[in-house]
Order: sequence, then C-alpha cells, then structure tokens
Amino acid sequence: MNQGFTIPKFQLPGFVSRLGQKLPQWPHAVALTTALNAAVKMKLLPEDSLAAMEGKTFLVQVIDTGGQAAFTYRGGFFRPLFNPAGSPDLAFRANLSAFLQVASRQEDPDTLFFNRELSIEGDTELGLVVKNMLDAIELPTFQSLPKLPLHLPFGSR
Amino acid sequence: MDRSSLPDLICPAGSLPALKAAVDNGADAVYLGFKNDTNARNFAGLNFDQKTMADGVRYAHGKGCEILMAINTFPQPGRVDDWRAAVDAAVDLGVDAIILADIGLLDYASQRYPQQRLHLSVQGSATSYEAINFAHREFGVRRAVLPRVLTLAQVENVIKNTPVEIEVFGFGSLCVMNEGRCWLSSYACGESPNTVGACSPAKYVKWDKQPGQMETRLNGILIDRFADNEPAGYPTLCKGRFDVQGETYYALEEPTSLNVLEILPEIVKIGVKAIKVEGRQRSPAYVTQVTRTLRAALDALASESERYHVKPTWQAELSKVSEGNQATLGAYNRPWR
Repeated sequence: MNQGFTIPKFQLPGFVSRLGQKLPQWPHAVALTTALNAAVKMKLLPEDSLAAMEGKTFLVQVIDTGGQAAFTYRGGFFRPLFNPAGSPDLAFRANLSAFLQVASRQEDPDTLFFNRELSIEGDTELGLVVKNMLDAIELPTFQSLPKLPLHLPFGSR
Repeated sequence: MDRSSLPDLICPAGSLPALKAAVDNGADAVYLGFKNDTNARNFAGLNFDQKTMADGVRYAHGKGCEILMAINTFPQPGRVDDWRAAVDAAVDLGVDAIILADIGLLDYASQRYPQQRLHLSVQGSATSYEAINFAHREFGVRRAVLPRVLTLAQVENVIKNTPVEIEVFGFGSLCVMNEGRCWLSSYACGESPNTVGACSPAKYVKWDKQPGQMETRLNGILIDRFADNEPAGYPTLCKGRFDVQGETYYALEEPTSLNVLEILPEIVKIGVKAIKVEGRQRSPAYVTQVTRTLRAALDALASESERYHVKPTWQAELSKVSEGNQATLGAYNRPWR
C-alpha cells in the first residue's frame, strides 16, 4: 500500500486560502458528490451505512485551499448543497495534505485526529459511520471503473 | 533464535481492507468481530457481515494466516441466543479460534463444539494462573489473553504455572487497563464494553470546537479541553483531565499507547506465545504501519538475537500512530505489584 510514493505533510501558503475563499464553491461539491455517486453505483458503499446517512448534511472544508463542499445524501444519491442553511450534521476540516493522506490510505484518520490535523464536528456517530464506510471500501482496479460522468442529481434542500 | 520460537503476531481488523493489510504485512493471525454487540468494538459502520467475513477467512487462510473471532462481550438478559448464534456462525465459517469472555458462553461453546479451539478474552479479566487454569479445566481453553495490569515478572509467573498459552498486548491505545471490570463508561452514559460492546459510544460524544480550543464531552460531562496544538485522545472518562482538590490534571490515565519494542527480547524469553496489537477501530493505514513494524522487530529478534536493538524508524512509525503521541511500557516495567 502506497509503496514507492508518499504524500508529505504540507501546508499551502496563506494567499491560496484567501484566494480560494473568493472562488465559487459549487464545483468542489459537484466533483465530490459525483465521485461518491460513482461509488454508490459500483456498490462500494454498504447499504446500512448509506441508510444512516439519509437526509443528513455534510461539510468538507479544506482549510489551506479555502475550498469547501456542502452536500447531502437523499433518496440514493449524494447531492450538492449550493446554499446550505445552518450548521451541517457533520463537518470534516483539515488541510489538503491530510485529506490526501487519508484518501490514499497513507494515514489513519484517528492518527490525524490525535495530532489535531483533522477536526470532526457535529454528530460523532455519523462521523464514525462515514469513516468506517470509507475504510471498508475495497479499492477497485482501474479497469472496473465506470465511465464518468455519471448521474449529476443537482438540487438543494 | 529460531523463527519458529517467535510468538505469533496477532493483528486487528475492523474491515476487509484492514484484514488484507494485516495478512499482507506479516500477521500470523487476524482477530475480528461481527457487525453487532457480540464483540467489544461494536462501533457504527465497523466490522464484518457474513459475506465480508467469509471473504476475509478465505483470504487469510489462502495466505497461511489464522482468523480469531472475538465474541467477547457478555450476553444480555433475554438475548443469550444472539451470542450463541454468533458462536455457531464462527464455527460454520471455520475460524481457527473463538475468543470468549463469558463463562456461560465458554460452557456452551465447549459442550457443543468440543473440537473448536477457544481462547479466553482479555475481557474475561483473568490475571492469575488459578483463573486461567480454571478456564482450561472446565472449558478446555487453550490460550488466555492477559489484561494489561501485570508486570513482566508476574506474566512470567503465570506462564510457569499454566499449560495454557499466554497472549499479551504489544502495542495499542491504553485505557485504565481494568479490562472486563471497568464501568467508567456506564457511569457516564449507562453503556459499557461489557454490555453494548463499546466504551464511550459515539452517540454520547461531542467534540466542541471553540476559538483556540476544543472541548470533549461524554453525555454532557466535560472530559477534557485541548488547546489548538495539544495532542488529543479518545473520549473516555479514564483519559479525562479533572479538577482534583483545586488542581486540574489527568487523574486516572493519560492519553497514551502501549509499546513493547524495548522489552521484546524479555517477552519472548519468558515464553509468551502471542503478541497482540490493539485497534480494530483503526483504519487499514494503521494496521499496515503497526503490523509491518512489529513484524520487522520480531524478524530482527529472530535473526540478530543478542544484537537486537530498537531501530529509530520503528519507534518513529509507532509513535506517530500513538494516542496522545506518546508511548509507555505500561504495567510491564512497574516496580510495584
């Protein structure tokens, strides 16, 4: 796993975040939900975990890029939220390097949490469902990936 | 030292990718549990259903690695059949051993499946050779996992006085170390590892981020308050900072991890049969890092014997994944008994 290539811990310079915050945020949410819907379509995500996420709102915030993605899971699809109202049910916040390290299974989220590099706020049990769901994904081989883009169920609550 | 005289390396898995990580990085056995409250890591979204369990057993056995099934909580009133069904399912899956804590369940398993290998869980809280020999005599238990409360000399004394194989913890998050007898979680929220299979269940945990600090609450009880760059730990009462007679400090236990690399030669010398890694709740990344590090250390001990020394890279890898970023030898090297 990750042999031959490791993602170092880094933090992007402050201007990136200041600039990033001024950019539109919806592309992040669209990209992320598209990827998640691809995973749903490939049956990579266990149904009991998805059921626990029904109707919940999520925020993924990349601190040092100034980017964030708000989305929800409803009726079998992850949907971007363009005008999220109120606090999300669950928020993950971290720098880009931490998210990349988790995504590539190089670092354990608990490790990053202990080191205060990853913050989890909101419904803790929901956070555990998401974390364990992502851990349980059997990463597919490249040949089995479907052609993108898949469904883009635009909409907001 | 002969490689065959090394203790087995027993690694945790809460998912199929974690199981594969353990097998691929040198575990001799992987321990796991079903997706319900029959095991002490009953966390939302964690563990194995029948299908992933069968896949896991096939994968491990295909690579010569054993599967140990933890059914180590205590059957709750009116639901004994759920625990018995778990034992039946484990036998059906062809696991190499079942790890049990409850005496009634040990009785059921030993009567019904006399050929099935049984281990006494750390949750069974057997710290003396008398207790372990009782489990051996009555239920044919072939291995016992010792709670993390004994000094190395005490572990040696147990080994000398029992025919049962002894398994000890070698790495992982430490709690107040009173396994199987701890009710601190129940004190705060009415649920504990023995009853629901989880210490500080997530639904009672709140991480509250405020400017400059983060507060941890368990069922509303303030457990700890961390400054922004201060290492954090799991939200358990035993690792909280409390006001005791005007002073606020870790009154029971600090967030820390056990790490036995320094005393590995002694552990092997006294005849420990297996070394266990804590952490079924952790990710495949953790399982990879810890398994390959302990495998390297054990192999080094086999090949270098007297010249064995702890490599800085091993310590660096293990301290990184440690709770609170610090490690301890725990009770093993304490002068008191």
